[in-house]
Amino acid sequence: MKRFVPLIIFVALAALLSYGLRLNPRDIPSPLIGKPAPVFTLDRLDNSGQFSTASLNGQPWVLNVWASWCTACVVEHPVLNAWKDKLGAPLVGLAYKDADDDAKKWLAGRGNPYSQVLADRDGRVGIDFGVYGVPETFVIDGKGIIRLKHTGPVTDEVFKDKIIPALQSARVAGAQ
Amino acid sequence: MMSVFKLLAVMGLLLMSLHANTAASASAESALSNTLSDEAVEERLMLLSSELRCLVCQNESLASSRAPLAEDLRREVREQIRSGKSNPQIVSYLTDRYGDFVTYRPPWSGKTLLLWLGPLALLILAVGMFMRGILRKTPKAIPIAEPDAAELAQLRREFSENES
Repeated sequence: MKRFVPLIIFVALAALLSYGLRLNPRDIPSPLIGKPAPVFTLDRLDNSGQFSTASLNGQPWVLNVWASWCTACVVEHPVLNAWKDKLGAPLVGLAYKDADDDAKKWLAGRGNPYSQVLADRDGRVGIDFGVYGVPETFVIDGKGIIRLKHTGPVTDEVFKDKIIPALQSARVAGAQ
Repeated sequence: MMSVFKLLAVMGLLLMSLHANTAASASAESALSNTLSDEAVEERLMLLSSELRCLVCQNESLASSRAPLAEDLRREVREQIRSGKSNPQIVSYLTDRYGDFVTYRPPWSGKTLLLWLGPLALLILAVGMFMRGILRKTPKAIPIAEPDAAELAQLRREFSENES
């Protein structure tokens, strides 16, 4: 039995390391999930005044952080366009560190899936949300708690498997 | 006599105004940078940000990274240093948003116990097994006795007696 001790140690170490190799180092777990979303007030991109998070209290909503300079957002944008009506919740866009004109041009050319678009010109709101790579998507429930964070472009699968269920559970929790 | 008194009074007034002047400019400066000179702020920023990870380019520190997010975060840290926040306060500002991942040295917690103590435990285990192996395999040393001079002489005598 004793002669198997090194083998057991080797197998255990190999299992641990192979598990580590399979993890995605880009996927940084967000400490914000389950915590209140940062409260902020920002200019709307279309110059129609300011937006405050308080205006969405009481209903779940989706915050999508994007930018016209972001290449992955090109992939994501048609998916957002396709899903915007199926969400049953406001889809708010946050133009992260974007020039207003570039962002407006982007929306004019590719379609605007957002119920409103906010201009985070200096990236401060992005930092408060722990944004480290665009695009990122958050699901926030009616009490202002962050339910889900998705880093990287959302796809049909992400909508089906993560965002819609998160919105549903947020609604159920809100109805209680 | 009178003129000397006057001179002293004028000098005193001048000194007072000078003092007031420097005090005023000092307080203006401290309002601007909160008693920290720009150099001191930059020095603390470099020290602190070399302990923090850039989230975009994960093998670079926040101090050395040129990623836009790293620049923004340095700006935040710089402002917080100026506003008089302590290093732990600034680090917790960042970990609240980005998790323990932003720090190169993860904090002690249940989650990181294996990370901190794992290598030490493995080392102790390895040394222990090595020592046990050595102790078991080495045969007990057999002491070699010094030849006894009298015994040796006796043996020699017996040997030569047998020869003859």
